[in-house]
This record gives sequence, structure tokens and C-alpha cells, in this order.
Amino acid sequence: MQKDFRLEWRQRAALNGMLLYVSSTVFVCYLSFSLRGGQLPAPAWNALFWIVLLFSAVNAVAKGFLQESRGRMLYYYTVVRPQAVILAKIAYNALLLLGLALVAFALYAVVLGNPVQNVPLFVGNVVLGAVGFAGTLTLVAGIAAKATNSSTLMAVLGFPLMVPMLLLLIKVSKNALDGLEFEASQNSLLTLVALNLIVGAVSYLLFPFLWRS
Amino acid sequence: MKKNWWKVLTVLLLLYVAVAGLLVPVPRLAILNESIRNLYFHVPMWFGMTAILIASVYYSVRYLHTPTAGFDIKAHEAARTGILMGCVGLATGSIWARYTWGAWWTNDPKLNGAAVAMLIYGAYLVLRSSFTDEQQRARVSSIYNIFAFAVAMPLFYILPRLTDSLHPGAGGNPAFAKYDLDSDMRLVFYPAVIGWTLLAFWVAQLATRISVLKLKLYEKQLA
Repeated sequence: MQKDFRLEWRQRAALNGMLLYVSSTVFVCYLSFSLRGGQLPAPAWNALFWIVLLFSAVNAVAKGFLQESRGRMLYYYTVVRPQAVILAKIAYNALLLLGLALVAFALYAVVLGNPVQNVPLFVGNVVLGAVGFAGTLTLVAGIAAKATNSSTLMAVLGFPLMVPMLLLLIKVSKNALDGLEFEASQNSLLTLVALNLIVGAVSYLLFPFLWRS
Repeated sequence: MKKNWWKVLTVLLLLYVAVAGLLVPVPRLAILNESIRNLYFHVPMWFGMTAILIASVYYSVRYLHTPTAGFDIKAHEAARTGILMGCVGLATGSIWARYTWGAWWTNDPKLNGAAVAMLIYGAYLVLRSSFTDEQQRARVSSIYNIFAFAVAMPLFYILPRLTDSLHPGAGGNPAFAKYDLDSDMRLVFYPAVIGWTLLAFWVAQLATRISVLKLKLYEKQLA
């Protein structure tokens, strides 16, 4: 499992590209809104932030499976159990997305202002979001990699599946923006955790079947 | 004939629902008025859809366990029937909303959830069409089907309960509990649920038979 994780880490060539992707997206947002010359209203700030994260997550995770060579897959197959592969991939993607999300948040806060009033809640929410995105998208990337028109399929399959998660995330981060008490978002946070667990468990169970083909 | 008793039951139940649903007196509630009768047609669609999607997931699991073309066809046709039920549910809901809420579409969590669930299952059909190898298509789409079900069901049954909805029974609107007190409505509603669900299974069965026949015809042409 650890070894597998290191294997994933070794091929982080895409990382710099992703960082650049996130920064340029944030900058484009900044430039296009600075035309109006003013602070973004909080709901728009929130929506824009999650859309940036959504797109960079889909791009980042898609790389993981699509760039995998046939030979290396075969090698993994002989060395480790499929469950270890999916767990390692989810863990790696979660960390990757978390890094991306924090960088995005930092940049975003610098150029577009930081209206977040409850930072710990917001960051906790981003952590849950990164784990959830990674769990959902890793299996979707695995599925899409099997088909012919992978990159389109990745978006078509991934976006609707992420909507339930995204709705909860946006709601909680709205609460964090408004500086509401922790109790106000407790229910949504619990549901998010449950959703993450469901997604993780289902991926864990299904991935061996996907891999065999 | 003995095996087909449930089809007779379906026809009888739906005839009963159509007649009784439109004629039996209903309680007068504010806002809803006569449009409350949509309870017999709109709500059972979602029950039927959930039941048929559960059946689809069941066949997908069976397929992963023992890969045979039959299970794959059943899972696929059940999912398609589920999409059909969902679309009819959205249509009946939309027409109802036009006369009750005054708009074809409102920003209601249940409506959005249903629309997104339709997108998720639409993606299932797209996924199926993007494979050329039949076995791989069957395997990968079963995997996606199970995954989609696990993600889509919270959308239907958990998220709308966390927020207020315009739907009757939520956010202070005239509630389900009030219908439940009315035993006349229950006498029509429960048969309606059973009838529409059975109809969904009937449609799925017919569609499966057509697919199997097409597959056999195709194999015959190849031979």
C-alpha cells in the first residue's frame, strides 16, 4: 500500500501543470471581474470558487488513469491487490486535490479578497470536498479510461455524480462565509461525511471488477 | 396465464386508479384544491422509478457475479424504464406545478435532484454507447450503474429532507399527514403505487424480450 502510494507520487509530472492550471483559472476570474472594478458579492465568490475547484479536480484526476500505460497496469496487477490500488489512488488524488484546493484558496483570497468569516469551518469543508471529489472521480476516471472517448466521458459521467456533494459543500461554505455557528452546518457536514464513506466503500468494492477487464 | 396474473392485476389496478382517482371526492386543501389528484399519478412514478432502478442494480450485481448477457440486458432495460418513469414523473410534476405554483419549473431541491438524477442515468446510456466490445460494455456499465445508484439515491431521499421544499408536506405547506388522515385518498393512493410499479416492471420485461430477440436475430445473421 505504501509502496503503491510512492509509485503514484513518483509520476507527479502533471502536478506543476495542474498548479499552473489552477492559478491561471483564478487569474482569469480575477481579470474578468476586475472589469467591473469592485468586490465580488459573497455568493458569487463562493460559486466561482467551487466551479474552479470542480474543473481543476476533473482535470487533475483524469490524468491519473488516462496517462497510465498498459504495461504498468499489468505490472501493478501482478504485484498488488486491486483494493490497494484504488485506495492508494484515492489517497493520492485526495492529497493532490487538497493541495490544489488550498493553493487555489490562497491565490483566490489574495486577488479576489477573502470574505470568509469562519476559516476553520471553511478549510474543513474544503478537506471534505477534496476527499469526496477524489473518491467519486477516481472510479469515474477508471471507468472513462476503458471507453473510447475518455475525456468527454469523464465530464459527462463525473459532473452529475458530483452534484449531491457539491450542493452540500456550497451550502456549508456559504455558512462559513457568513460566519454562522458550527451547529448550523453540522447536519450537512455529517451527510457529507456519510456520502464520502458511501462513495469510498462502493469504489473499494467495485474497483476489482473494473480492473479485471 | 397463471404466470401472468400480475399483468391482469396491473390493468385492473390502473383502471381503478384512473376512474377512482378522477371521480372519488378529495378533501379541500388550500392551494392544492382539485390538483391534489396528481398524487395518484405523479407520486407513484417516483415509487415505480425507485423500484425499477433497484431491480436494475440487482441485475448489475448479478452480472458482476456471473457475467452472462441476460443479466446485462435486464439491467440495461430496467434502467431505461427507470429513466422513462422519471421523465413521466418530471412531466406530470411540471404540468401540476404550472397550475399549482404558477411556473413550469421552480428552484426546488426535489426538482433539481430529480433532474440531476436523470442526467446521471443519461450518462449511463452515453457510457453504454461508447463501447464497441460487448463484454467490456456490460461490465463497465454495470459498475457505473451500481456507483450511480449509490450516489443518486441520497439526492432523492436525503438532500430534499435537509432543506425546505415547495412540495406538499414540507415547509409548512399542506402536508402528507393530512392526506393520511383521509382514508378515501389512501384507498386510491396505495393501489396506484402498486399499479404503476407493476406497470414499470411490465414495460421492462417487454423491452428485455425485444432486446433478447434482436440479439438472437443478430446472431442468426452472423451465423
